[in-house]
Amino acid sequence: MLILSCPYCGVACDETELQPGGEAHLTRFGPDASDADFEGYLFRRKNPRGVHFERWRHAYGCGKWFHAARHTVTLEVFGTYPAQVTEPPPDILDAIAAKVPGWEPSS
Amino acid sequence: MSHRLSSGGRLINRANPVSFAFNGRTMRGFEGDTLASALLGEDQMLMGRSFKYHRPRGVVASGAEEPNALVGLGRDHSYEPNARATTTELFEGLEAETQNHWPSLEFDIGAINARLSRFLPAGFYYKMFLWPRSFWKHVYEPFIRESAGLGKPPKRRDKDHYEHFNVTTDVLVVGGGIAGLTAAMAAGEAGSQVLLVEQTAHWGGRAPVDGPQIDDMAPNAWVTQVVSALQAMPNVEMRNRCMGAGVYDHGYALLSERISDHAPDKAGPRQRLWKVRAAQIITATGAIERPLSFAGNDLPGVMLASAVRDYIVNFGVAPGKRTVVVTNNDDAYRTALTLKAAGLEVPAILDAREDATGALDEDARAAGIRVITGRGIASVIGKGRVEVVHVCAQDSDGADYEAIEADCVAMSGGWSPVVHLWSHAGGKLTWDEADAHFRPDPDRAPKGASGEVFVRTAGTASGALTTEDALVDANRTGQAAAMALGHKARGPAPRAEPESRQVTAPIWLMPENAPYEKRAKSWLDFQNDVKVSDVELAAQEGYESVEHTKRYTTLGMATDQGKLSNINGLAVLAKSLGVAIPDVGTTTFRPPYTPVPLGAISGEAQGALFQPIRKTPIHDWHEANGAHFEPVGQWRRPYAFPKSGESVEDAVAREVTTTRQSVGLLDASTLGKLIVKGPDAGRFLDMLYTNMMSTLKVGKCRYGLMCSENGFLIDDGVVARIDEHTWLCHTTSGGADSIHGAMEEWLQTEWWDWKVYVANVTEQFAQIGVVGPKAREVLDAVSASFDLSKDGLPFMGWVEGSLGGIPARVFRISFSGELSYEIAVPANHGRAFWDMMLEAGNPHGITPYGTEALHIMRAEKGFIMIGDETDGTVIPQDLGLNWAISKKKDDYLGKRAQMRSHMTDPLRWKLVGLETLDGSVLPDGAYAVDEGDTVNGQRNTQGRVTSSYHSPTLGRGIAMGLVERGPDRMGEVVNFPALDGSPQEARIVSPVFYDPDGEKQNV
Repeated sequence: MLILSCPYCGVACDETELQPGGEAHLTRFGPDASDADFEGYLFRRKNPRGVHFERWRHAYGCGKWFHAARHTVTLEVFGTYPAQVTEPPPDILDAIAAKVPGWEPSS
Repeated sequence: MSHRLSSGGRLINRANPVSFAFNGRTMRGFEGDTLASALLGEDQMLMGRSFKYHRPRGVVASGAEEPNALVGLGRDHSYEPNARATTTELFEGLEAETQNHWPSLEFDIGAINARLSRFLPAGFYYKMFLWPRSFWKHVYEPFIRESAGLGKPPKRRDKDHYEHFNVTTDVLVVGGGIAGLTAAMAAGEAGSQVLLVEQTAHWGGRAPVDGPQIDDMAPNAWVTQVVSALQAMPNVEMRNRCMGAGVYDHGYALLSERISDHAPDKAGPRQRLWKVRAAQIITATGAIERPLSFAGNDLPGVMLASAVRDYIVNFGVAPGKRTVVVTNNDDAYRTALTLKAAGLEVPAILDAREDATGALDEDARAAGIRVITGRGIASVIGKGRVEVVHVCAQDSDGADYEAIEADCVAMSGGWSPVVHLWSHAGGKLTWDEADAHFRPDPDRAPKGASGEVFVRTAGTASGALTTEDALVDANRTGQAAAMALGHKARGPAPRAEPESRQVTAPIWLMPENAPYEKRAKSWLDFQNDVKVSDVELAAQEGYESVEHTKRYTTLGMATDQGKLSNINGLAVLAKSLGVAIPDVGTTTFRPPYTPVPLGAISGEAQGALFQPIRKTPIHDWHEANGAHFEPVGQWRRPYAFPKSGESVEDAVAREVTTTRQSVGLLDASTLGKLIVKGPDAGRFLDMLYTNMMSTLKVGKCRYGLMCSENGFLIDDGVVARIDEHTWLCHTTSGGADSIHGAMEEWLQTEWWDWKVYVANVTEQFAQIGVVGPKAREVLDAVSASFDLSKDGLPFMGWVEGSLGGIPARVFRISFSGELSYEIAVPANHGRAFWDMMLEAGNPHGITPYGTEALHIMRAEKGFIMIGDETDGTVIPQDLGLNWAISKKKDDYLGKRAQMRSHMTDPLRWKLVGLETLDGSVLPDGAYAVDEGDTVNGQRNTQGRVTSSYHSPTLGRGIAMGLVERGPDRMGEVVNFPALDGSPQEARIVSPVFYDPDGEKQNV
């Protein structure tokens, strides 16, 4: 039962208020894509033991989708941020680097 | 024999006797008794039978860890199975029955299993029941079902009600013993908001029984004083009979409060489930005494030493008159002293250690008790209860040293901290050599969202086994929790005298070299009948992981979840594997700590409150007019409107026929209605729908399909263009919320720079279908601000204005193939408009119709239904809907997926109509068989029925189905065998059974 703060309305949301949306920062591949690219987009998901970027929707609140950076083992939350970005913002990356020495974003 | 003492019993009120029924026999106890203490007071030692061998079992413990004394409580509408007699508070009229025996507790047929125990070893089910296959159904399964399982589930609906609390607090303290009280006081004095809970009805835990002086007071007095002080603090909330069931991520905890289990006449809910968010959680959950493993340790009368003294001190009952104490630690000496003080005989204390030098040991000797060191129990003998204790040297193979007559054995194998809650949230354990137990490792505590520790332990739960250490630890923990919240905490711990204590000896088998015959009678897990020999066998057979051994032997399963057996079992496993105990590790501790009744978990969410029911603005009319309802998502929709004396089936046929011949009325208000608006709305809808919506003219409607990015058809409906920037998208009744959600998801997370706004207006409008050849005449009977003629409002057009004085949008669309208008009016006008249409249609014999008539009419026309023709594996191309897929668009959701080789395979099953040769109705979901068998030996299939009805219009069965290359096989006859294998032949035909040229809807 995680608590994640919605970056839009500021509410500290109980997990039951949220709808999970899986891995964040996927790139959509459309009709021109190769089979491999399309397969990666549709099915291949990261499942790290450690830092992970996820999509959540404040479903029983303001309705907005947002992103969360958290540790999948310790459940530490490094921050949440709006969904309208293609990669984690610098302040989130700094927060992770401060807490998880040696961590580097994977491609 | 067990009996009530003439005096004593700090928790009972001898002035208030209570009568209760045990297996139908009336018995007596006192107010304040537990069921177990009252039974012991009545010399009812036998309280149940074991799971596998049906061996007679008596009570072992005095609290939540009890594995044997499980009973069914109450009856009929108030029945609870598997209740522990040790935690069941007695009340007048309580009814209890024992479990797991047939025909009676005293004489049980299943006990023959015990004689066969050699043939029922660990993993017996797995080994024996593999073969032959047919034995499963007729021999093994009935046998297992009859003999396995503990309590029987209640048969009647529960009459009680339950509720949930949602609570936020600074500090949650679980456990109301002296450590919990101390921690709560320390945090509370620092200014933290504290919630303190205790699973029993009493505060103070074991201290009042064990009797240490605290702050120079007797423990009872100290507890009373601290409880009053806490109760006076406005920032401290206290609840007893409230069990900490589980600790979860980020400070979430579940508590299970029993409000009136002990007082059934009390008003209000029976139980309450607390959902707590705590910034800091302190587990002051104490410790549980371990049994010792010796032959015959499951005989009634063999009990935990701590339980023996609990029954004497708390309830004034003695489990026996002559009690042998057997131990590997100092604590059991307290029991010997308590027995002696109560005037009972203690023929010997058998201490497995080579010498006994602790302060308590000295006290025992001073009290004249015979202490024999270096000795253990070779076996306990007796018929159904303890009669003789055979003593042997601990480091022997069990050669008899001395036989002692006794009727009770008080055993102590040391104490294990209750680490469950700590472990639930990920806290790790460390092995403590000195006390031979696992205790929480404070360096590896559960951490919260911020990365800081949020679970701490206090007192014996930390592994602090003396009163002095426990109080110091608890005070420090309470202060640490408060300081973690930014509060200032100081102040000394309550004082207790230091104790001179001798270390606990790690004794896991008694005697050390016991031969097989003894090990096969030395129980580890009483509830599941797992013996030392079973765990050894599992190890021998290669079950090296403790998790695998647990599942193979059933060690630590069922209601007690190994509270007594866990450590002993893994110590035996470690020895068998030749590794150290910490290298074997423990099994995973999972919530709940003790079982939480399902009623408490469901809380108020039952009956009408299970989930909200959505009702259309016309629902009341439906109810008043005899609608036969069916659930559609959370909606209740009329399935049909049977008239008095009419069957539902006849009503459906009448509704179809009347609508086809004259006119029908449909409440279509549940249809999803989404407004999509903005400069980029057309572009957005072109991505969502397979066909082109941006080119739709204002005033027109278009049928559209929506696919998932995986290519599969997920929803369909008619889209109307309202103005330059606004579209109204109709979705299926069940799809409104999910499609709205999908639109939001794409707009927020992928195309966030597109200027589009989406609103779900489903419930803002009532939508009513006026359907049938007389539909226009019905509408013409009321005044309209627009032209409803064939050319004024052509098929697939819509107009807006007023109809019968009510603001309305009229869509000329048809899901029945008839001349049809769907009229949307503001929801608050829905009922008035419905009534107006009924009146206007009266001259034509208008009939309201339900969802079944709707389904039949759409099937007669070959229109697909999401969820019937689709199941998440069907693409629009399978359904012959290529005409609704734009070839001009570069992209839409699902386009790339539909280009994959499997999606373009010519052998895909495609939509056709199916017509039985004899006119009968095919079973829905029936499969068409093909030549040959699959690799699994099942028949090959070549299609399946997706919709099947009796058509009143055509007077025979009609069906739609997906068949391999179906559209290329028109006229072919395919076999859809019935469940009994008998053939059901159907011809492949066009799915449009009625009015194939669409003349009826275009008039």
